[in-house]
Amino acid sequence: MLTFQEIIFKLKQYWAERGCVIQEPYDVEVGAGTMCPETFLRVLGPQPYRVAYVQPSRRPADGRYGDNPNRLYKHSQLQVILKPSPEDVIEQYLGSLEAIGIDLQKHDIKFEEDNWEAPTLGAWGIGWQVMLDGLEITQFTYFQQCGGIDLDVVPAELTYGLERLSAFLQVKDSVYEIDWTAGFTYRDVRYLDELQYSVYNFEMADIATLWKLFDLHEGEAARLLKAYDPKALEKRRFPLLPTYDQVLKCSNIFNTLDARGAISVTERVGVIQRVRKLAVGVAQAWADQQIPATAEVAE
Amino acid sequence: MSPVFLPFLLEIGCEEIPDWMVPTALENLRLLFEKLGIAHESVTLDATPRRLVLRAEGLPERQPDSEERVLGPAKSAPPKAVAGFARKQGVAPESLGIESTPKGEYYSFVRQVPGRATRDILAEALAGVILGIYFPKTMYWTAKNGPRFIRPIRWIVALLGEEIVPFEIAGVRSGALSSGHRRLGAREIVVSIADYERRLRDHYVILSAAARRDKILSELKNVAVKPDAALLNTLVYITEYPTAITGSFDAEFLELPEEVLVTVMRHHQKYFSVADAGGRLAPQFVAVMNIPSDPEGFVRRGNERVLRARFNDARFFWNTDQKKKLADRVADLAHVTFQAKLGSYLEKTRRMMKLVAELGGDAAAVRAAELSKCDLTTELVKEFTELQGVVGGLYAHVQGEPEPVWQAIYDHYKPESMEDAIPRHRTGQLVGLADKLDTLRGCFGVGLIPTGSRDPFALRRAAQGVVKILVEGNLEIPLLPLLEGNAELQAFFEDRIRFYFKDIRGFAYDEVNAAMAAGWSNLVDLEARLTRIQNLRHSADFEPLAASFKRIKNILQQAQFTGEGAIEESLVEAGPEKDLYEESRRIAGQPIESAVVRLRPKVDLFFDKVLVNAPDARVRRNRLTLLNTLLREFSTIADFSEIVTNS
Repeated sequence: MLTFQEIIFKLKQYWAERGCVIQEPYDVEVGAGTMCPETFLRVLGPQPYRVAYVQPSRRPADGRYGDNPNRLYKHSQLQVILKPSPEDVIEQYLGSLEAIGIDLQKHDIKFEEDNWEAPTLGAWGIGWQVMLDGLEITQFTYFQQCGGIDLDVVPAELTYGLERLSAFLQVKDSVYEIDWTAGFTYRDVRYLDELQYSVYNFEMADIATLWKLFDLHEGEAARLLKAYDPKALEKRRFPLLPTYDQVLKCSNIFNTLDARGAISVTERVGVIQRVRKLAVGVAQAWADQQIPATAEVAE
Repeated sequence: MSPVFLPFLLEIGCEEIPDWMVPTALENLRLLFEKLGIAHESVTLDATPRRLVLRAEGLPERQPDSEERVLGPAKSAPPKAVAGFARKQGVAPESLGIESTPKGEYYSFVRQVPGRATRDILAEALAGVILGIYFPKTMYWTAKNGPRFIRPIRWIVALLGEEIVPFEIAGVRSGALSSGHRRLGAREIVVSIADYERRLRDHYVILSAAARRDKILSELKNVAVKPDAALLNTLVYITEYPTAITGSFDAEFLELPEEVLVTVMRHHQKYFSVADAGGRLAPQFVAVMNIPSDPEGFVRRGNERVLRARFNDARFFWNTDQKKKLADRVADLAHVTFQAKLGSYLEKTRRMMKLVAELGGDAAAVRAAELSKCDLTTELVKEFTELQGVVGGLYAHVQGEPEPVWQAIYDHYKPESMEDAIPRHRTGQLVGLADKLDTLRGCFGVGLIPTGSRDPFALRRAAQGVVKILVEGNLEIPLLPLLEGNAELQAFFEDRIRFYFKDIRGFAYDEVNAAMAAGWSNLVDLEARLTRIQNLRHSADFEPLAASFKRIKNILQQAQFTGEGAIEESLVEAGPEKDLYEESRRIAGQPIESAVVRLRPKVDLFFDKVLVNAPDARVRRNRLTLLNTLLREFSTIADFSEIVTNS
């Protein structure tokens, strides 16, 4: 039986063999693998790209103090971006399941309509949730728009829920019983994260401090965005990636405030708008940054 | 040579199409094909999640030859021009004919146009036909500005007889290669029209939806599943080779409310639920998988585990939610958005409490309104949103709220469709009305008005629900004063009322128009009047009388009669006028049902013999007054001039 980490190794190996860059997790807190620059920014523009990485994804409101067998504050997504999406993309995906030992002649696989949408990122796509014997194991999306921009090339995004997939393969009723590797369960490795972040997010996060942090990160992102000049000769030097980090910080703080019950109705819509505005701003600047300034072309 | 007829096969191979879009897409495909104007004997349509298939019989190999008349220069034109025209048509000038037109005589030539090969016409048109299929939401998959379809097209089979009809969409060329079941069949299978369905079957694809349905039903025969046509339909269209399997769950979960268990099985897992011998929920379920068998029980056990996890979640949520009573959650509603411009559910709750009292609700109704939205803050509803209302009702029940209160909360989203029942008791009906009216008033008030197919707040359903509750709950609450004088909302309701009585209740459209023209604020009264009109319609005298009413209305309008004054008896002429006058006095205040037979001959005779527009202004005025009195007498039921008559 494959351990949690062996499943990850096998999937990474599988996608590496199909030409993917294997990246490590992004080192800023995100709510989903999609938010990493490797996805959010790389899907923009015409350049082909293929990447796979495991991304710990933080959802403060989903924390359950480590008590719930299926629900986690921080779960692990294996994110695969294939841009442009190959003609046999579903076949390749099914092959990845076989690579981790699922015999698809003996299991029931279904593609059920599920269109993904992330309003804070101005992003949406068309696709399915992939069901394996009644369990949702993957979100499969053909990106259509990101940062409010219609994409030049349509990427396929595969997001595997690694805990679910592992619990399925190891026949465990609780994610905490998953064998991470010989001698260590998922509980051994991750239980304290779940407990302590739940306590922080629901009970101890200081609301005033978080708002202050939100404002600071937002201000920094806005300041940078304002300074971006599409006509500048050396616009490639402009730090859009650090700008985007500030947006990610805002998004995570917003999620924490939300879990803490600190955002009123009237505020909520407005705060989402604020994050979205920054995300869309970065996406548009990034798309522009990929096109050399006219003078550079002339050189 | 006798014409040759050929069969035709078109298979659009796709990635998995959402099940609910398939039937409409097929009807669309039929329509588009028929628009091509190619004669054929029959068309059959089939679909699985991965293919839309059109098969036709009896297409002519070639279209019939035709003639085309080409008009040349005028007869008076110089010979050079005539010769030029003849040369262009490839004939000698002597072969030209002369044709008379309204503009004069012209040279003309009848050109023989040979019929085109049907295959060529299809090759030209099919890409357009396929991309013209309507889907509610489409995508592009090659690149921006690429073709759009419901999901990527991966192969196309297009055969006319034994030949390929060649065309291309998004880099996919049509051919004779189909594809089998994703894991049990070959990725490429060569097909011909004759062996197409059998070849698919060999590769684990049952093409016919009816056959897939029958297979599932036959496998369900020995299990007491609760019939669910919509679920069955979904399962038919998300599988290519469906097989039903039965699984079970721990009977201890039966402690949870049946509503919760069924929702998990039905909506989240697409399982049929099973009844025991006594008709109660049994700890079993039926899942439909997309493979032929499960000899080692992998699929069954997998589904059982998923369901166990789901039920565990539900139980966890149920227990957590009990720690805070509904009544203690009212203040939390301040954190739940109703609509950005309309504030929180707390504000909505307060409006509903006021409104339900205005509607005549008692203390129980006000209490139910107060608690009605509290379940939005519970874990169970956050997880299973479709159970809103139901969960609130169940919680209120276990938390000791009296029956009228918890049942009203439970029911207050009803009816969720035109087929759905209205809330079971008056309290629930009033809370449901208050909820829906508040939503409608609020949304219309801030300009959120449905347009065409866009109705994100489901306002049509809300208004339809109001109409249904008022009528079927027999609630004589005047609707008009509740619409806050909003003209758009009034017009919106008029449409919904018309739809309800016409399309749901089956009244004739002119009867609905006639009855509504006499007022529609009290819907119970409107229904009663409609029933009377419908019954009256069977009487032979009714339509002629209605025609007379229309005539009366026209006469009064033309005369710009304002209606003041009473009839002066002394001016009434003996004969038909007097007869009608006396009849009108006798039937005053009587129901129209008893008056129709008596009135009709008098009215007919009056119009036959009496000149309304008498030269004497006083007589004329008197006659107009008589007609106006008659019209008014019966206009309280309906405006009969709206009745469409054959005369």
